[in-house]
This record gives sequence, C-alpha cells and structure tokens, in this order.
Amino acid sequence: MLVLEKRPSPSRFWQYATPVLAVVLTMLAGGLLFAALGKDPFVAIRTIFWDPLFGEFAFYLRGQLLVKAGPLILIAVGLSLGFRAGIWNIGAEGQYIMGAIFGAGVGLAVFPTESRWIFPVMIVAGAFGGWLWSMIPAILKTRFNTNEILVSLMLVYVAQTILSKAATGFLRNPQGMGFPGSRNFSTYPAARNVELIAGSGMHWGVVAAFIAVIAAYVLLQRHMLGFQIKLAGQAPRAARFAGVQPTRLVVMCMGISGALAGLAGIFEVSGPAGQISIDFASGYGFTAIIVAFLGRLNPLGILLAGLVMALTYVGGEMASTNLGLPSAAIQAFQGMLLFFLLAVDLLSNYRIRLMTGRAA
Amino acid sequence: MDLGGINPAVLVASLMVASVPIMLAAIGELVVEKAGVLNLGVEGMMIMGAVCGFATAVETGSPFLGFIGGALGAMALSFVFAVLTQFLQANQVATGLALTLFGLGLSSLMGQGYVGIKPPLTDVVPFGPLADLPVVGRILFDHDPMVYLSIAVIAVVWAVLKFSRMGLILRAVGENHDAAHALGYKVTRIRVLAIMFGGAMAGLGGAYLSLVRVPQWTDGITAGAGWIALAIVVFASWKPWRVLIGAYLFGGISVLQLNLQAAGARIPVEYLSMSPYLITILVLVIMSSGKGRSAMNAPAALGQNFHASR
Repeated sequence: MLVLEKRPSPSRFWQYATPVLAVVLTMLAGGLLFAALGKDPFVAIRTIFWDPLFGEFAFYLRGQLLVKAGPLILIAVGLSLGFRAGIWNIGAEGQYIMGAIFGAGVGLAVFPTESRWIFPVMIVAGAFGGWLWSMIPAILKTRFNTNEILVSLMLVYVAQTILSKAATGFLRNPQGMGFPGSRNFSTYPAARNVELIAGSGMHWGVVAAFIAVIAAYVLLQRHMLGFQIKLAGQAPRAARFAGVQPTRLVVMCMGISGALAGLAGIFEVSGPAGQISIDFASGYGFTAIIVAFLGRLNPLGILLAGLVMALTYVGGEMASTNLGLPSAAIQAFQGMLLFFLLAVDLLSNYRIRLMTGRAA
Repeated sequence: MDLGGINPAVLVASLMVASVPIMLAAIGELVVEKAGVLNLGVEGMMIMGAVCGFATAVETGSPFLGFIGGALGAMALSFVFAVLTQFLQANQVATGLALTLFGLGLSSLMGQGYVGIKPPLTDVVPFGPLADLPVVGRILFDHDPMVYLSIAVIAVVWAVLKFSRMGLILRAVGENHDAAHALGYKVTRIRVLAIMFGGAMAGLGGAYLSLVRVPQWTDGITAGAGWIALAIVVFASWKPWRVLIGAYLFGGISVLQLNLQAAGARIPVEYLSMSPYLITILVLVIMSSGKGRSAMNAPAALGQNFHASR
C-alpha cells in the first residue's frame, strides 16, 4: 500500500522539477484532449509548443511571445507576493481593466496633445487605477475582516460593467460614428506605447515586467517586507510574535499587485490592444494566477512561466487558425496545467513510500 | 396590483425561479464547508453542470435526464478537487481556482455544438385548481419541480445536520479533524463524499440555469453565480435556512434589476446590472464585521488539509 510521509523540509530537487513535470503531464493530457477532438495530438502539440519558436513564421511569432508574456509576468509577480503571505487577490482582471480605463481616460482627456509628459502621466494613472481597485478588498479586509477572495472577484464583474460603459459611453470615440470603442492610440503618437525594437514585441510593458521581476526578487531576498511576507506565509503565528502587522501586509500586498495589474492594463491598452473596447479584457488577470503558481511564486520562476504560458497563447492561436482547434481548448489546456501543478506539488512536500504488510 | 408595471405576484414567483441555481449551489457548498473543506470551484462546477445538463437534455429530449447529467458532470469535476485536496494534499484555495478556470474552458469547449439550440421544456408541476388561486396560486403552485426540490434539499440538509448522527459526524470532521480521526471516523472519506454532494448540487443549479432560467447555452452562462453562492454561505453563517433567505434576497435583486431595466427605469442599465455584485460585497461586509459573529460560526477546520500521520 502506498503511504505518504511528510518531508521535514520541502525537497529542493522536486521544487525545480515539479513545474517541468507538470508541463509534460499537461502535454500528455492535452494530447488526449486534442485527439478526442479529432486532431492529431502530435501535430497540435508541435504547433503550440514548437512552431512559435522554431517554425516557419517564428520570426513574427517570437515577437508575439513577449507581447503576451509582458502583462502575464507583470500581474503574476504582484499576485505571487500576496499568495506567499496567504493574501488571495484573485481580482487582478478587474484591476487590469481599471488601470486601462484610468490611464486611457487621462490620455484621451487631453487628446491630441503632443507633450512628451503625457505617456508617463498615463502610466502613473494606470497604476493608480489598479491600486485603487485593489484597495477596496484590502480595506474591507483590514477594517471589517471581509473575505478578500470574494470581494476582489466580485469587483471583476463590476469592472467589466464599467468597461462596457466606458467603451460605449464616456470614453467612446467622438469621431467613431457611434461604434463602441475609444479612439485608437495608434493614431495618437504622444500617448502611444511604441514597440521599442521593431519586430521583437518589446514594448514598455515588457520592460516594466522585467523591472518588476528584479524588484520582487530583491524585495524577497533583501528587504524587510519580503521577509515578513515569507514569514507570514510559512508561520503566521511566528510572524505575529515577530511584530508583523497583518493590516500593513494586506494593504502592501494588495496594493502592489493592484498597481502592477493596472500597469499591465495601461501598457496593453496603449500598445497591443490600441483602444478601450468591450472585449478588451482578455483574461490575463486569471491566467496570471496559473503563471504565478507555475513559477512557484518565485519572481525568476514567474519570468519563465510567463514565457511558457505566452507560448500556449501564441501557439494556441496558431493551432486554431491552422488546425481549427477551438480556442476554448487552449483555455481548458491552461486550466489543466494548474491541476497538474498542484497535484505534482505533492512530491516536493511528501515522500511516497511503499508499505508492506500492516502499518504498526 | 401594479407597481410601475411590475406585478408583485409575478415578481415573487420569478424571484423563486431566479434563486434556485444559487440556492442549490450554496446549500451544497454549505455541506462541503461544514465538513471543513473550502471549495472555491463552485463557479466551475456550476458551469460544467450547465453544459452537461444542457447537452444531456438536448440529446435525450428529457429535462429530467438533463438534470441528472448536469449533476453527474459537476460531480465528476468535484471528484478531481477531492482527489487533489484530500489525497494529494493540494492547497484548497488554489485548487478551487483551478477548478473554476478549467471548468470555464472545458464547458465552452463542450458547449460549442449547442449554441443557439432550445432545450426541451421543463414542465410545471400540475397542482390542478390550486394553481388558479389568486396571487397564492401564482406564487406557490405554479412552478417546475426543481423549485420545490431546492427547498426540500434545504430542509433535508438542515434536519440531517441538526438531528442525525451522520450530521454530527460531519460537523465533528469540520470542527476538528484530528479529534474526529482519533475517534475513528474516516475523515478523508467523509470529506470526499461531502465534496461530491456539493458538486452534484452545484451541477443541478448550473443545469437549472441552462435548462430553465435562461434557457439556452451561452459561454460563461453562470456569470458569477457560483461566487455569489459562496458569498451566500458566509451570509447564512453556515445555517441552512438562512441560505434560503440569502438566495431569495439575491434572486430578488437580480429579478428586480431585470424588471427595472425592462420597465425603463431612469437608472442607467450598467448600474443595475452591477448591483447584484455590489450588494454581495455590501452583505459580506455587514456579515463579517460586528465582532465577527459569522466568523465565529465558521467551521474551525475550514480550509485546512488533513493528513493522518499514522
């Protein structure tokens, strides 16, 4: 009979090996799923994981990789801080939307300015919008002990309603002939999030994502707040004795993750997306949860995980145009990845022993 | 009896219909949480129930089999949660989120062939002349069987938790799993069964959405109903009859805002359609503040994993 034995401390080997194992298992299970949909599993997996990097159109698709990875990494880095401390902000999608609306609103309010200050101001406004939206669950949590999971999630639906109001109402393009959607930032040079190196997909949001990874790494390794986050997650009681203020921790973690999600939103709307539209929210805020776990809540891990997840987006789009694989299949595939991750995580915390005979 | 174009009897009757999905999902989750397990995947299980129920009903032509199919589909998904959290010791919050993300993706994949189809009609329970009574007949005796079933489930869960040995054991497992284990109760087995009951109920609720309430299949049909169900459990302070009150409250709000939209009230549509979510937040705030009365009623071992070392 198989028995689980708790390890005294998590296995270092498995901490690195489990994400890889989870990706491999997801490929296997995904292959079965694609086969069940009547597609050749080997071709499908190759289209998703290989072709964007080394295939025929790789020169274009590699650029797309950074475009998708940027917001995912930016949001996931913020979420991972809270997740480590047991603070569950799962409303990043809403904060992402509000960041985009605030930032774009500031930019569009002064259209068509040519001031070079407008883009930085929009960025700040975007971060502020995300931060503000995350402060609602944070303050309700600290003041009234309200569950931050439910509140932050409910606010996603509220943000989506505001988004549709923005696209059809207060941010609608006055010269758009009544069609929903704001002015396009591609026709607004001063406020545009340009591609920094042509064809690379590198825009300011990707730069911000790299900075966020480094900053989070330094925070966790060298800073008092990082230590407190880790302590609160691993030993809540010890954290209290060590003088960690839970209120401050909640406000900081929620605030940082909200501001980063807001940043992702404004970089997306002024760059790749180009405008506020009804379908602007693309689920990055939810996929980033998977990215955070795939990266084992470690900033450097999240960098890699964001790239892997971006691969499934880019490859998934390829597979849907070339093979007719439904885009929902990719969503299910990404969800499956989180299942496998959580399942194989067992290996780093427990040892599996084969018991012969009866346990004493 | 018209209040600005809204007939109160019709309003109450449609409120009862609107609250069935969240009521079923919430009472299922209440049992799960009473056993000490926090399953945040209600939204995912509901939408799986919605798509499985819809597909089964369309293929077989029987709404009854549709509800069974919905319950089984969601139960299968909840079993994945049970395996991950109870046997593989995965974090319950993260696994619940995974369940929702996976359920949303898989359901839209499975539902692709069913967009734009009408499901077979679920019949109203024939009460004969009773249904013709003024006001009362419309409110009490003019519904499909699921409306009565949802109330019956609440009553059964209340009675089982309060009066039966099974309910006592379930609560013991949720309050202190180590003590329950020491007394010889099979903590893991009881929790797995509770999780699957929760899954089946969420599935029934989801199937009700796609078969009766909407009634058709669209992507993301649940639109946060599963999360509202989770909030209702907190609102109800883990007491079955209060789930009924909570569900009627939220059903009432969603029906009222739809009616106001239809009646052309002067409030913008956007504010009306975000109102259920805002009121959920408000209710959560009220319930969780005030010396944490509801927090004190939460099962003590809620969200903690159990691993028998020996």
